[in-house]
Amino acid sequence: MASSSRLAIADTTEAIPAISTADLHKHYGGLEVLKGIDFHANDGEVVAILGASGSGKSTFLRCLNLLELPSAGRLHIFGEEVKLRPGDANLRIADRKQIDRLRTQVAMVFQNFCLWSHMSVLDNLMEAPVHVQRRGRAEVRDEAETVLKRVGLLERANAYPAQLSGGQQQRAAIARALVMKPRVLLFDEPTSALDPELVGEVLKVMRDLAAEGRTMLIVTHEMAFARDVSSRILFLEKGRIEAEGSPQQLFGGGVNERFDQFISRFSQG
Amino acid sequence: MNLGIIELLGFGSQGWGGPLLKAAGVTLAAASCGFFLGSLLGICGASLKLARAGVLRTIGHFYTTVFRGVPEILVVYLFYFGGSVVLTNAMNSGGFPGFYSLPAFAIGVIAVGVVSGAYQTEAFRSAFLRLDRGQIEAGTACGMSKLLLLRRIIAPQTLRVALPALGNIWQSVLKETSLLSVIGLTELLRQAGTAAGSTRQPLLFYGAAAVMFLIIGRITGLILTRMENHLAKPWRR
Ligand SMILES: Nc1ncnc2c1ncn2[C@@H]1O[C@H](COP(=O)(O)OP(=O)(O)OP(=O)(O)O)[C@@H](O)[C@H]1O
Ligand SMILES: [Mg+2]
Repeated sequence: MASSSRLAIADTTEAIPAISTADLHKHYGGLEVLKGIDFHANDGEVVAILGASGSGKSTFLRCLNLLELPSAGRLHIFGEEVKLRPGDANLRIADRKQIDRLRTQVAMVFQNFCLWSHMSVLDNLMEAPVHVQRRGRAEVRDEAETVLKRVGLLERANAYPAQLSGGQQQRAAIARALVMKPRVLLFDEPTSALDPELVGEVLKVMRDLAAEGRTMLIVTHEMAFARDVSSRILFLEKGRIEAEGSPQQLFGGGVNERFDQFISRFSQG
Repeated sequence: MNLGIIELLGFGSQGWGGPLLKAAGVTLAAASCGFFLGSLLGICGASLKLARAGVLRTIGHFYTTVFRGVPEILVVYLFYFGGSVVLTNAMNSGGFPGFYSLPAFAIGVIAVGVVSGAYQTEAFRSAFLRLDRGQIEAGTACGMSKLLLLRRIIAPQTLRVALPALGNIWQSVLKETSLLSVIGLTELLRQAGTAAGSTRQPLLFYGAAAVMFLIIGRITGLILTRMENHLAKPWRR
């Protein structure tokens, strides 16, 4: 018994987290939006990031692939420290090449899809693999077609984003992220801009991804989805981690008063 | 001197068809070169006006204010005579006496380019400002460098948005090349004037010049519209 539990501890300490942050701060002028976030996500974990509007969820997610530069703190991606140097208000990128490389590893899916509107779906998918990762066109095309088939959009490969429904656009955007073969997927409210009847098709794709053991960080207001799919809940409030734990623990209630209040507001609709 | 219209506009020894056609070519060449130069200046001007550094923005602002505010014919005079005076002074003090004038075509192209560049600056700038920031951010998030973003995302989308405004600027550039007749460039208006003077048929030749301006404008306009439609294809449902 004793030896087996020691073994388990040794396992978790040796595993390198997919992403970890240490004392991450971010402020906009005088407004402190992130007040020291210590976080890690292990490889294969699905973390749902919940919190009230303005609690800093998007800001946190955007710091993880450096769309926002943190003001202080450290960020590791698969054990590799992201090189940042001190700046005026925020840290600065110290190694452009490193960031551009890591960004293909930590892919982002946006609320508003943000597909490139002058390119067909297929070209959207091939853009970064060909021009950023410098992979061969033929291989990338095969990969893109496989991924499109997976999200059910193969027959729309030559359509332009404006010709797709919101749900289709978001699935295409997820496909665009997947073709880069990222090791972590970040989702910022991927279904918030969708008509209610289109939410399901996007969540289904995300469920599939979670089931195949992908590392995913998902900011969402879909509580049922968060409870069913995530392996861990991160509850942010006013730029701090207010509560953290398995969905069973937290949604069971009684762990954190603020979280319970937050949830009850949702269930009331 | 009782030649018919056909002979006057024809290509025979008495006809003005050849010179007029050649002059139309000069007009088209001056307008195209000037417009192209203006595009380069417009891209630079827009970059200046969108720059983070205040000094650069001031320079950009100064450029567009001056060249949109001063009558174009004055710019032509300033560049041509101003440039010639500078050149003459330089030659004289270098031991070469006499008056030196600059080549009319080159100066004309520069004047048209600089003025249309000021208008194109605004076209490119407002097109850039209308781009979807999210799409640029998506590129950044995929690890695109600034240059790659510019080339693959920003430039094609800006061009598409700017094209209708650029088309309007082109049409006015085409007309304004006629101002270059004042510095002796044998473009369409000047050639028509010469023909009108020596045949005493002003109505015929100025009318012919007008028609030729319209034809050039129409054909180039059609080309631009096709380009516009082609670039707008992805946005149609
Ligand atoms: N670029 C910015 N400049 C200034 N303040 C900002 C900026 N971006 C975000 N903020 C502020 O930071 C705070 C946190 O914003 P953030 O977008 O991270 O919240 P959120 O938890 O994602 O909220 P929501 O659920 O509404 O998306 C808010 O008060 C917001 O106004
Ligand atoms: Mg948000």
